[in-house]
Formats: sequence, structure tokens, C-alpha cells
Amino acid sequence: MADDLEREQSGAAEEVSVEQQLARTDESAAAEQARADADEADAPPTDEQAPGEPRPLDDVEQELLARLERELGDGVVESADAFGMLVVRVKPEAWRRAAEVSKHELECDYLSFIAGIDWQPAPREGDEAGGDTSSPVQPTEMTFGVGGSAGRMQVFAHVQSTKHHWGVTLKTDVDEGHPHAESWVATYPGADWHERECWEMFGVAFDGHPSLRHLYLPSEFEGHPLRKDYPLLARVVKPWPGLVDVEAMPGEEDGNGAQPAAAEAQSADAQSADADEEESS
Amino acid sequence: MIELAVNVGWGTILAIKTIVVLAIIPLGAIILGYVFLLKMMAHMQSRLGPMDPGGFHGWFQLIGDGIKFIQKEDVMPAKSDRRIFAIAPAVVVISTFLVFLVLPTGPDLVVSDLDVGVFYALAVSSLSVVGVLMAGWASANKFALLGALRAAAQLIAYELPLLLAVVGVVVMAGTMSLQGIVEQQQNGAIFGWDGIGNPFVFAQIIGCVLFLVAAQAELTQTPFDMPVAESELVAGYMVEYTGFRFLFFFIGEFGTAFAFAGLAATLFLGGWAIPHVTDPGWSNVLGPIVLLTKVMLVAFLMFWVRFTYPRLREDQLQAVAWKFLIPIGLANILITGALKVAF
Amino acid sequence: MSVDFAVDRQAWRHLADAQVNVELDTGDMILNLGPQHPATHGTLRLVVRLDGERVVSADPVIGYMHRGYEKLTEFRTYPQVTTLINRIDWLSSFANEVPFMHGAELLMGIEAPPRAQYIRNILTELSRIATFLLFLGEMGLQVGALTPPFYGFRDREHVLNLIEAATGGRFHPNFNRIGGLKDDLPWGWVNECRNTMKVVFDACNTLEELVAENEIFQGRTRSIGIIPQEVGAGYGVSGSNLRASGVDWDLRRDGKPYLVYPDLDFKVWTHPDGDSYSRYWVRLQETREAARMVVQMLDRIPSGPIMAKVPRIIKVPEGEVWVETENPLGQMAYYVISKGATGPFRVKIRSASFSNVSILPWLLRGVYVPDVITILGSLYFILGDIDR
Repeated sequence: MADDLEREQSGAAEEVSVEQQLARTDESAAAEQARADADEADAPPTDEQAPGEPRPLDDVEQELLARLERELGDGVVESADAFGMLVVRVKPEAWRRAAEVSKHELECDYLSFIAGIDWQPAPREGDEAGGDTSSPVQPTEMTFGVGGSAGRMQVFAHVQSTKHHWGVTLKTDVDEGHPHAESWVATYPGADWHERECWEMFGVAFDGHPSLRHLYLPSEFEGHPLRKDYPLLARVVKPWPGLVDVEAMPGEEDGNGAQPAAAEAQSADAQSADADEEESS
Repeated sequence: MIELAVNVGWGTILAIKTIVVLAIIPLGAIILGYVFLLKMMAHMQSRLGPMDPGGFHGWFQLIGDGIKFIQKEDVMPAKSDRRIFAIAPAVVVISTFLVFLVLPTGPDLVVSDLDVGVFYALAVSSLSVVGVLMAGWASANKFALLGALRAAAQLIAYELPLLLAVVGVVVMAGTMSLQGIVEQQQNGAIFGWDGIGNPFVFAQIIGCVLFLVAAQAELTQTPFDMPVAESELVAGYMVEYTGFRFLFFFIGEFGTAFAFAGLAATLFLGGWAIPHVTDPGWSNVLGPIVLLTKVMLVAFLMFWVRFTYPRLREDQLQAVAWKFLIPIGLANILITGALKVAF
Repeated sequence: MSVDFAVDRQAWRHLADAQVNVELDTGDMILNLGPQHPATHGTLRLVVRLDGERVVSADPVIGYMHRGYEKLTEFRTYPQVTTLINRIDWLSSFANEVPFMHGAELLMGIEAPPRAQYIRNILTELSRIATFLLFLGEMGLQVGALTPPFYGFRDREHVLNLIEAATGGRFHPNFNRIGGLKDDLPWGWVNECRNTMKVVFDACNTLEELVAENEIFQGRTRSIGIIPQEVGAGYGVSGSNLRASGVDWDLRRDGKPYLVYPDLDFKVWTHPDGDSYSRYWVRLQETREAARMVVQMLDRIPSGPIMAKVPRIIKVPEGEVWVETENPLGQMAYYVISKGATGPFRVKIRSASFSNVSILPWLLRGVYVPDVITILGSLYFILGDIDR
């Protein structure tokens, strides 16, 4: 097959001038346009979901939801669709059972990931009115996403089936005072690393995990970085948008440093209002 | 004997020969290293190799490398066994030097034409195993240790096919002395036709291939370079060596390659001899050049294989030696013996 | 010390396989492969416990390249996030941007024009070819052949030149924008691309002859590191690694439609064995397939705008979306949670190599040290992809 293609290509690859090249693409563009128009007329609604409008579940999603509800009963709290993906929120007591149901009844043998969400809005840094563009402004009230949530923290996971090519996202709530969830390691061996990462980033302990230790961070690390109340240390050390690290010229360090430092400060001054306070040191 | 204008004692001649051999080892290493390791490897990999040092295609590169190595700081790991760490490279180079002592480059240009020449050469070439083990253990490094243990097993295993290949030649030549073997090839005949003498490569083609494969393994070159597996152990037993000591290992490696190529050329291609050129004066002058040409030919094959093939795993390597090469070597001896008696 | 003989007395021809087990009391040795090691593709540390040359247990220690991307994305606007995610899988960096852009466009309800989709797809497949050519070469290096990596790099240069000509960057193009692309293709690029695909086919043939059909390479990779289907899926192994175990699953064909893959005609390659050789073979075939796809797309690329109408300040409406794509390393996906601001609220980056490497403790039990290197090479992970 490679040879046929190469023969084709060598036949067609004589020097093509720019106009010819444009003409060729225009012709194919016309054909493309006709094809696109025909497609649009009878194509099913695409994944474009008008913002804000929840889409009803399609057949595959309904089948999956039915199986989950049959096995878990009232373990299923809420379900919704997000751009063609089924999201199901289950009770914390049913988390491990949900994994077993996914693997056996839903035939989802592939674990994509397990992670956490912290719904609390991040504390604002700096003053937006003063021109501080340190980070995009997020809404200050706590809202929850697709599938809802009982509180601030959630653990969510996505499993897929390699045979049927369907998948489902499972969410569960985590109690903020005593954050823990059941471990999926017995069902999906890959959960080992995902749960270790979730623990070190969010502080959610997983019951039944063989050894919950640090994965990415050094073993003496304190704190759980992905929680919203954990600051971005780079911004704490050096306020955004940062300053030019001004180093004195050699020989001009004691007392003579004012001149060149001031010149540097003027160029950096346009950026931030508190530059001259730093420069006077 | 060479007629000399001045009457010098045998001691002086021996000293001169020793100094010449000591000079040939690094020179041979540099020639092989430059032509094959730097230039041939580069061209095979669609690059150029060194082009700047020395002006013409970078011929000065290795000599410059040698000078650089000599002036480096002598670093030894803190936990290493200092005396053994220091001696190990010397052991490897000494074994190379001892092989060169019997390698003839002309009818009179041999340091010592032993009657058990080839037996002696193979025996002393295996001294390098001791040097490798010393280096690996004294480095106080787990990677070095792994490399040294692999080397010990490999080098000992491949001594046997080397020997068996040579026995076939010895049976055909009737002598173990290397000068004698060269003479037999020069004056011999293939089925009565003495146009090109009787280079043993034709009659002993199996032995020749066996010898080259075993030599490749003795030199720890790919596909047998487990001890020095670059992508795993980085430099294996040599990993803790820098500067002058590493230079010794490098010279030892390429010097031994020169020695083994020289042995292969002598045993199978006729060594320094050109058939029908028997005038000792001319042979003494042309001999080294002819031998060098044949050595380069053999070395080309060895290095070509080195840069093409992946490496065998340790157990596969041992299986090739014990289950495959040794039976072939034994069969070769049987056939050679039978045919020698028959004809 | 006890000596155990096991000889098959039925057939004397099996005498060569006689085994002598001599039980010596030796201690295990702990060997640190990495974090600085030529075979671990970057700063991966593998703590192996060895019994002689056999691995008793292996524990990967990762995080040397952890840059905290998931935290950083919460402090960036949507266009700024592309500069971050470019650097997750830095060998095929264009392919990392595509799922995030697609997700943002889904949330906003806009669609990039067809020409932009085609160009995005062509550049994604070119990234796939570039990554795989490097893999095909350096897999030879993992098993000891010194020459194949040079051929891989040499032919990869042609593809990188193409990417540079179109986007301005060889490694980190940062070419995607929400709603389309930054610029159109330069003059003559389509023709140059066609010529380069011929070079790619030649390179694949050369590397197949030099590496895949070499007996020593086959002896080093066949039956080494077999990943069974269920185990692989349970650990989350994806992409060519899973297809080499016989699982017929390719997100370009089987996942939610993205870019122009629904219109393309391509074959998904699988291999039943699941060993290192089959992983090499699958990627070799996929390189050729990617080149064929590029040629198909070059024939059909439409003219038109390359950017949809987007507001100047991009605010993505509230919502959640999960976008998964078939990246060269495997399944790469983003779970984007947006609250209607100019930047995302939470982005979960699901990178392929993280799961591919998590199988190592299971996979490396009982193999020899050289096989560890072969397996690491055949799984083909990138440190930036593991550590994010």
C-alpha cells in the first residue's frame, strides 16, 4: 500500500506554481463547500451545546445510568450530561461499589484517572482595580458543577470501556472535616498512583490503599497544594508581574548604586506601582 | 639476520624492539580509533566526524584527546580500593603489550618468535580479564561491579571458541609459531596452484569466522558489549575512570583490537607475507605495510559489525558461545584433522 | 547449598536444556537507575532490587519534573494556558494544545472553520510522525545499536522543518488559538509537505530493515515485557501500548469526533502479542499511517478563514467538559471546569505517560536488567507527560 501511494505521489509531484496551487485548493474548496452544505442539512446535532442548557441523555448514557441505578440503588444521588459525557454523583459509602459495578456491569475495564475538585473560590490576590492582573477573576460564591456537590471537596474519576467505547464520570462528595474516600485499588490496579496523587494534592485519605505516600512531592512536603487555600508560592515570593532583578554594577555597590538602579527603576516603573519602594533598598 | 654496520649486542636490539612495540601500541590504537571509530562510524551515521583538529579532516583529534586526558586531575572515588584502582588499567595494557611481542611484521621484525607463539598469544590476552575484574571491584560502584561480573563471564566463555578456531590453523600449518604459520601460507599451494600461496582463510573459512566472532566478544564490542553497555551501565567497569587511567583503558581497548586484527591477519590472511616475494630485504620493508593493510581490512569488518548490530543479552551471549560456537569449533577441528590426514 | 538436577529423560536431545539449580545464600542488591541515566528518558528514578541480574521489585520515583501545571492553570487566562500545556509532552507539543482548545471551543459554543481544522489535524499528525521517528530510532539505541537513532533524528529534521515553517517553532509552536489558528500556511508548504511524506516513507522502510528485521533486536524484544489486555486496561495504559496488546481502540476512530478524523480513511493497527517488539511494530505502522493521513488531508484541504469570530477578551461560559484525544503517547484528556471567567476554574490534565509508567512495578518483576531498559524504551514515555 505504501508503494501505491508513492507511485501516485511521484506522478503528481511536478513543480507546481503558486497560482496552480491556489487554483487546486479553490476547486477542492468548492467541492468541500458542497459537501459541507449537504452534511449540515442532515447531520445530527453536534457536540455543540448551547452554553447554559443541559442536554438530555442519549441512549447509551441512559443505558449506563439504568445499570448503575439498578446495582447501586439509592447510592446514585444525581446524574447529568456534559457535552456527551455522563456524569453520575454517588454517595461516599457507595464509592467502592460504584467501581465494581463499572468494571463488571458496565464493562468499563479502563481506568482513565481519579482526581479531586475543590469548589471553594480561591482567595483574591492583589487589587484588580489597581491594575493587578495576577489571575483571572473567578466568581466569589461557591457554585458546583455538573452533577452538583454536597460540599467543598469532591473526588471524581473517569472510566471507559475498551470494547464498547463508552465511558462515565463518577463523582463523590468528600467530608471537609475528615476528608476520606474508599480506595479503588482492588478493582483497578492503576488507582494506586492516582489516589496517591489525589492524597498529596488534596489531602483526601483513601481507605484500603496499600501505602499512601508522596508521589510527586518530596517526602517532607507539608500542605496540600491543589487546595484553593494553598497559595501559588511563586506569586507569594515575587508579586506579579514581577520585577527586574537589579544587580549593582561591579564597583558601584556601596553608595554609588543609586544612579544605574534608578534608571532601571524608571523602565520597570511603567509595569507596577510599587516598584520605587523596592528600588530604594 | 639483518646486517648492521655497527656491532650491537642482543640486549640493545631487544631494547630497541621493545621500545618500538611500546610506540606501536598507542599508534595502532590511534590509527584504528581515528579511521574507524571517528570517521567510519560518523559516515555510517550520515555525519562527518571531527573535521577541525589538525586541519585535514580532523586527524589530530585523538592525539589531542590523549593530551587532554594526560593533563586531567586524577580523581578516585572515596571508597575505592586505591592501589587496585590504580593498577587495573596497567594490567589491561600489559596484556596487550605481551601479545604484540609475538606478532611478526616481517621475517626478522618480531620481538620474539616463540615456538608456542599462538598459544602464548591467546594465553596472555586473557590476562585482561583480571584487569577488568580489578577495575570493576575497586571502583566501589554497583554499575561498575555489574559490568565487571558480566565481563568476567563473557571473556572466559569466549576464550574457548577463540582457541578452537586457532587449533584448526595450527593443524593445517603444523606449527604454533606465528612466523612458521606465515611461512606456511606464503609457500603453500591451494590444490596445487601456488599463485597466491595458501592463505588459510579459504580452507579455514569456518575457523576464520569463528575467530572474528570470538575476537569481537573478547574485545567487548557490540554485539557482545554487555560489560560496557552504554545505554545501561554507561561505561560499565570503566565508569569511575577519568583522565590518564581512562586513556590507558582506551589504548588497551583499541590496542587489543589492533592485536587481534593482527592475529587474524597473520593466521588467516598470510600476515606480512606477499606470495613470491621472498627477498628478506624487501620483505622487511614491505612487511609492515602489508600487515597494516590486512589489519585495516579485518578491523573494518569488526567495526562495521560493531556499529550496526544491537547487543545480545548476557544469557543469550553465553548461549551463543556454549551452545553454538564451541560445537562448531570442535567440528571444524575434526574436519580439518581428517582432511589433513587424507590429503 | 543444595543441588537440584532436572533432566528430561524422555528425549536426550533436550539434554542441552538441563538445569542445575545451585541455591546460594546471597543478598539482594539495590540499584538506582536514575534520575541521571541515559536510558530513563529524562529524570525518572527507578529503584530496583536485584537478585543477581534479576529484578525482584521495582519502584519508580517520579516528580523530578513536576511543575504544578494543574495549579498554574488556575492562574492563567485561556489563551495563556496553551503556553503551559505545550510543554507537557514536549516532543509532540502541537498535539497537546488541541484537546484543550477543542474543550474551550465546546464550552463557548463556537467551532473553528474547516481550513483551521484541517491544518490543525495535519500539524497533529506531523507531530505524531516526528515523535514516532524519534522512537523508532532510539529504540535501537536502548538495545545497543548505535546507528538507528541518527537515522531517526536525520529524517525527523524534515518534519520539524515543516512545523517550523508553518508555526515558527520546532518544539513549542503555540500556534492554536481559541476558534482557530494564529496564521495561515506559507506559500509552497503543501508541496513541501508532500515531498516530506515521501522521505518519511523511506525512513520507515530503512528503519524497518535495519532494526525491526534484525535478529538480535528481535531476540532482545520478543516476549519481553508482555502486557495482558486486562492488566493494561486496569492500569490505564493507552495508545500504541494497548493496541500492541491486541485491544482495538483508537480515539481518533472510536472516541467523540474531533478535528477532521471522521472524514478520513485510516486503519487502526493492532498486534496480538503485547511484547516490546509488538509495541515497536505498531508504532512503525502508525507512522506510515500518519503519513498517509497527511497526504489525504493535503489533497482535501479547503480554503477559507482560519479563525472564527471570537470576542477580544475570551470569557468561557460556565460548564464542564471532558475532551480526550489520541496523542502519540496515548490517551491525553482534559477535564475543564469553567465558572464563566477569563480563565479556567480547574483543569484536570490526564496525561498518557503517567498511567503507562504506573504499570512498571507490575511489569518489571522477574526480568533481567537489560530487559528493564528494553521495556522502558518500548513503553515510550516522556517525563513532562508523567510529571506535568
